[in-house]
Amino acid sequence: MNKLNRRDFLRLAGGASVVSGLSLAGCASNPKTGSSSKKVVVIGGGFGGGTAAKYIKKFDPSVDVTLIEYQKTYTTCPGSNWVLGGLKDLKSITHTYDAMKNKHGVNVIHGWVSVIDAENQKVQLSSGESIGYDRLIVSPGIDFKFDTIEGYSEKDVGSVPHAWKAGPQTTLLRNQLVAMPDGGTFVIAPPPNPFRCPPGPYERVSMVAHYFKQHKPKSKILVLDAKPKFSKQKLFMKGWEDLYGYGTDNSMIEWVGAPDGKVTKVDVKTKTAYAGDLEEAVKADVLNIIPAQKAGSIAAATGLTNDSGWCPVDPKTWESTLIPNVHVIGDSAIQSPLPKSGYAANSEAKVCAAAIVDLLNGREPGEPSWVNTCYSLVGPKYGISVAMVYDLTKEGKIGKVKGSGGLTAMDASRRKEANYSENWLINISNDIFG
Amino acid sequence: MTLKSLITTTSIAVCSLMGLHSIAFADSHGGANHMGRTIGVSCAGCHGTDGVSHSPHLRSISELSEEKIVTALKKFKSGERKGSIMNRIAKGYTDEQITAVAHYFATVNK
Ligand SMILES: Cc1cc2nc3c(=O)[nH]c(=O)nc-3n(C[C@H](O)[C@H](O)[C@H](O)COP(=O)(O)OP(=O)(O)OC[C@H]3O[C@@H](n4cnc5c(N)ncnc54)[C@H](O)[C@@H]3O)c2cc1C
Repeated sequence: MNKLNRRDFLRLAGGASVVSGLSLAGCASNPKTGSSSKKVVVIGGGFGGGTAAKYIKKFDPSVDVTLIEYQKTYTTCPGSNWVLGGLKDLKSITHTYDAMKNKHGVNVIHGWVSVIDAENQKVQLSSGESIGYDRLIVSPGIDFKFDTIEGYSEKDVGSVPHAWKAGPQTTLLRNQLVAMPDGGTFVIAPPPNPFRCPPGPYERVSMVAHYFKQHKPKSKILVLDAKPKFSKQKLFMKGWEDLYGYGTDNSMIEWVGAPDGKVTKVDVKTKTAYAGDLEEAVKADVLNIIPAQKAGSIAAATGLTNDSGWCPVDPKTWESTLIPNVHVIGDSAIQSPLPKSGYAANSEAKVCAAAIVDLLNGREPGEPSWVNTCYSLVGPKYGISVAMVYDLTKEGKIGKVKGSGGLTAMDASRRKEANYSENWLINISNDIFG
Repeated sequence: MTLKSLITTTSIAVCSLMGLHSIAFADSHGGANHMGRTIGVSCAGCHGTDGVSHSPHLRSISELSEEKIVTALKKFKSGERKGSIMNRIAKGYTDEQITAVAHYFATVNK
């Protein structure tokens, strides 16, 4: 195997939304659905869709809300890196839809939406069932661009996991790490921007380092990054220095940024990644490829995406600028400067839910406000974060409120922030599934 | 400042003078404190639905009085009170928004 000159690579590392016209529908009967009720269908019961379904009922119990979610239970991606680090088990981050159904009066259907018939305002499930809507919320999360790394396709995820959708993929990666002998190499390839959870890959690196430090101290982690820099980089690297010897000859972690770190090809059988223009080969014991991403497949199939592969929306209501009466929230939406995070999806869902309730009741939606805090654990008692408050600019775009937000101060208590990370996951999970 | 927030602000001032807190937040949404609710629900990510925390690491803000919430947020905002997260978040809101969100937590589900 050719050896990458990692120190040089380290040195190299540097670092439209259109406002759609609001149609004030009122609660007049809908000619398409033939009902005089207010009917909302939500596709996807994750951070965006789950929050929206619950909060529409909270804001106006008279709205008929149907949530369509493929999976019977939902495992949060947040916390899934903690499972890899051995801090939590998967069960503790897995939730049912019982409260959604029984406590909040949401109709929950477990099925796959195969077609959105926007013309006739109805969705069709793969079972053949068809459901009409006055307003539709689409929050299907992400899908992968499997054609961007040669040799890695959807059929390979059973041996080389992405673990970027939590659940069986998380368990698979965890089992591979547990089975790996001490002295082995874990190679992780974070994706190019934009992608779900910008700090997520680096929290994963940290959690795997924590696990290795406890159980396999001779092992190494090599990060082959498609980007020249990453979220909370200084804070992560300081944390790696504090906990895992980063920057010393004995460092457990090595990070190689683009262009040299960019993985272009993978040999799944031998778990070899080829990186940079020279396609230098790196053999892994455990290989984690996180492919480039795009909006959940139903969004593209419906024509909700533009050339970027993501969905343009009017952030005041999150209504698609391409298809009326269809709102897109969460990772699938073009939400920048809000990040593709669970917190942002939760915050967007509430603005969207309030706007839909207003529209269904013939009111003009009010001024929105959003907040996001992305926590990451570098170690069990070592947390860092990035936070921001957002509002609607005069141009109708999402703007960062000047003077607010920012990164954890270098001298702030990492232990406190670790507590806040755990606190966040408990409370936001309850906000959706409780 | 938008016309709507101007109206809300004015009505807060007038009604506070009159001591009529219950209608201080009346707006086009049938008497709801729209601004307070919009911001208040976004706090739930960390602070729990309606400000009720389910985590051992954080006290419920629903237990705090309206005045305490206003004071705390204003101190975080000015930097008088040190914090890790809330010092960064509080700087994102005007004093009017702080008043509205405190009122929301003091009245939600009560
Ligand atoms: C490892 C990792 C760690 C993370 N950590 C954090 C964190 O600490 N903090 C944070 O804020 N965010 C974090 N995130 C990001 C967060 O998970 C996402 O931003 C969030 O889940 C986005 O919500 P969503 O509603 O867009 O998608 P999802 O939560 O993925 O929900 C989409 C749902 O739609 C369903 N679905 C899709 N298509 C269909 C269809 N056609 N029919 C029926 N159902 C369908 C899916 O089954 C899924 O349940 C992390 C992500 C990862 C991968």
